[in-house]
Amino acid sequence: MNRNRSAVWGGLGVFAVLVALAFVSSSYHLFQLTMLVVYAVAVLGMVVLTGYNGQISLGQGAFFAIGSYVTAILMANYNWPYWATVPVAAAASALMGFLIGFPALRLGGLYLALTTFALAVAVPQVLKVDALSGLTGGVQGLTMDKAEAPFHLPLTGDQWIYLFTLIVGGLMFLLAWNLTRGRIGRAMMAVREQSTAAEAMGINLAGLKTRTFAVSAMLTGVAGALSSIAVQFVAPDSFNFFLSITLFVGLVVGGVDSIPGALFGGAFVEFLPNIANEISKAAPGAIYGAILIAFMFVMPRGVGGLLSRLARRARKPAVAAE
Amino acid sequence: MNGLLHQISSGIASGAIYASVSLALVMIYQATHHVNFAQGEMATLSTFVALTLIHAGVPFWAAFVITVVLSFGLGVAVERVLMRPVMNAPVLTSVGVFIGLLLVINALDGWIFGFTIKAFPSPFHSAHPLLGGLVSPHELGETGLTVVVLLLVWAFFRFTPLGLAMRAAAHNPVSARLCGVNVSRMLGLGWGLAAAIGAAAGIMVAPVVFLDPNMMSGILLYAFAGALLGGVDNPFGAVIGGFIVGVLENIFGAYIVGTELKLTVALIIIVAVLLVKPTGLFGRAVQVRV
Amino acid sequence: MPALLEARDLRAGYGPPDVLHGIDFTVEEGGVTALLGANGAGKTTTLRALCGMIRRSGRITLGGERIERAATEEIVRRGVGHVPDGRGTFLELSVEENLRLGAYTRRDRAGVAADMERMFGYFPRLQERLRQQAGTLSGGEQQMLAIARALLVKPRLLLLDEPSFGLAPLIVREIFHILRRINAEERTSILVVEQNASLALDLADHAFLLETGRIVVSGTASAIRQDETVRRSYLGY
Ligand SMILES: Nc1ncnc2c1ncn2[C@@H]1O[C@H](COP(=O)(O)OP(=O)(O)O)[C@@H](O)[C@H]1O
Ligand SMILES: [Mg+2]
Repeated sequence: MNRNRSAVWGGLGVFAVLVALAFVSSSYHLFQLTMLVVYAVAVLGMVVLTGYNGQISLGQGAFFAIGSYVTAILMANYNWPYWATVPVAAAASALMGFLIGFPALRLGGLYLALTTFALAVAVPQVLKVDALSGLTGGVQGLTMDKAEAPFHLPLTGDQWIYLFTLIVGGLMFLLAWNLTRGRIGRAMMAVREQSTAAEAMGINLAGLKTRTFAVSAMLTGVAGALSSIAVQFVAPDSFNFFLSITLFVGLVVGGVDSIPGALFGGAFVEFLPNIANEISKAAPGAIYGAILIAFMFVMPRGVGGLLSRLARRARKPAVAAE
Repeated sequence: MNGLLHQISSGIASGAIYASVSLALVMIYQATHHVNFAQGEMATLSTFVALTLIHAGVPFWAAFVITVVLSFGLGVAVERVLMRPVMNAPVLTSVGVFIGLLLVINALDGWIFGFTIKAFPSPFHSAHPLLGGLVSPHELGETGLTVVVLLLVWAFFRFTPLGLAMRAAAHNPVSARLCGVNVSRMLGLGWGLAAAIGAAAGIMVAPVVFLDPNMMSGILLYAFAGALLGGVDNPFGAVIGGFIVGVLENIFGAYIVGTELKLTVALIIIVAVLLVKPTGLFGRAVQVRV
Repeated sequence: MPALLEARDLRAGYGPPDVLHGIDFTVEEGGVTALLGANGAGKTTTLRALCGMIRRSGRITLGGERIERAATEEIVRRGVGHVPDGRGTFLELSVEENLRLGAYTRRDRAGVAADMERMFGYFPRLQERLRQQAGTLSGGEQQMLAIARALLVKPRLLLLDEPSFGLAPLIVREIFHILRRINAEERTSILVVEQNASLALDLADHAFLLETGRIVVSGTASAIRQDETVRRSYLGY
């Protein structure tokens, strides 16, 4: 009870700070913040999958790509308003997650990792294919119009895009939090901890895992849609295998079972390349790799795990005092 | 007709490469239940080493042997330094470590040897068209050599006490130790062997696909497909699976999906195997480990 | 008789808590010692501790040499054959390969070949099934395979963990008969763990009884067999 309340206040506090940033940041920083939130939502999708279900996806970039392209295609080719594309992008990526998850999740943990690895490598090829270029723009990609603030709100486009991303992203965090807290969440945890026990409890393991994976794909797909709206451009090469790996590293850094940790994961994905690129062209890969290995050995529960340990330590004296 | 035969023969040639990498993956999976996602990158690194030796004037076959031996050492070192500490950790940890290794090696390759695509010499030449022009000298030589390597590996496991001990250590480590087998040394040997096989495959495929830091990423994917198709716990099946994937990839690429979508064929094979026959063609029942 | 194996203050366990709380016992050269006790008493744990398969402390000597820090494979090389709980068959390998693994540490080819023949003398059925996958053997045959595999180590000390477990009485009789012959003919000392106490006491010359990680009774087999109270309260017959 107590913990829930502090989580709600903490979440609201972070949200308020992020909203306030909309009014004090330059448009360059607003874009970076927007992408931070976008990647945080993408990583959140992986937290739901890995942290609460014990499954590993190495191809989350593929769902990001699907979300991005659905939004881009609807906006560029069919003149849909940006906001209306988000639910469609969510549904499309959830469906893809279901289709990939269904065969892989009947089996053990590594099968999903292998299948999604293959998906991540294959997707950029599909996006480039000539036969689909009428829809996808082929190698050139698609360009869209920039969203504007509604209701004559006194906001710049960048401010509005950031706030819109923040609102949708906030809803996604709320959704994930609710999901992992409720009955389904407990069932998901049971699956992670002890699959035989979960089965004995009457939980349909494969079905639950597949649905969880669909939710995970949906969250990452929504992130993709938001990124299209923010960038107003998509091209196949932005969705290569490296994107999936980057998101995976973000997941590990943020903490695989930490919902707030996803924000750190998002920040990591957004800001590390800037720093690393200044060192050398080969550096991002090497740094990502080294960080990944280091976290696995030293801090396998990531920044989120560290935070929750600190929070628990801070709470303990209070409990003792009661 | 000749076109189809040609596709099949070059499918077998690339299948030999996939079979080698599948075998390397399955050897490690069988012993540790971990998948080495960095297997392809390790092979690429080896191939760069071979090219450096050749450019330094070392004769091709000497460079080949030196590289294979060095790669064996690399495999042993990776097992010692990275694998052993995470042996009993959750799957996520080992996946994280191997993806990390993949990234580091890939970046190192680019940093040391450059990102430009490089030609790699083939040791196989012929003045006359072979088999009525059906195969190139390199395809024939590469397939032959790879098959010889696979046969040697098979004979090693089948007929030598060390090979037997390695199989025992993979199947039942506790009992193997009670027979006096040093299981952790066997794991190291297995990693060394897998890396050596990968190196041979890398050197054989480089003249065809050219060498760059990402040379093996597609090949690793086909090798996954081959391993799943054959059965992840069956080295023999993995080899057959690798050859089948090679042939399918070529035929699909030539007649159905086009070369643009060749990698998608691997994805389709993987999903189809998982849907239709998750144990693979030669595998035992899958242990469901969540 | 001199002691072949001596354990002093042996403590062992799987996690932090000890399962064995400091036990002392000896196995005499050429003798058969039975280790008895109810399910969960720590019999299997004792054998695992002797072979370095789990965390352990205390002092263990084999023929006067300390082995409590040695790795399992090293202990095997020094002459301990272990027929483990559950038999430890390499199910995917052939019977012949299982046997060859038993002799893995040995370099004397001729000696191995001769020992292999002796094993076929004890267990003719193994010879008949030499090329078969070991997983296809019956429980009794797998037990025989496990004993033969352990004997091919050429051990000075043979550890047996419940060789009668799950087998039909007739097979059990056959196996214990062979164990007696092995002890007599090969001069192999034996430490046998059994739940079936009367069976073990018939084979053994010494015995000790384990209860929740402590030795509560020890002595000669005949003394224990005749001790009415021990029989009633611990052995249940
Ligand atoms: N692998 C294990 N991990 C943890 N505890 C174990 C393990 N094996 C046995 N134990 C515990 O050690 C104690 C002794 O078990 P064991 O030696 O197998 O008994 P016995 O062989 O006499 O039936 C039991 O309490 C059992 O629960
Ligand atoms: Mg026992």
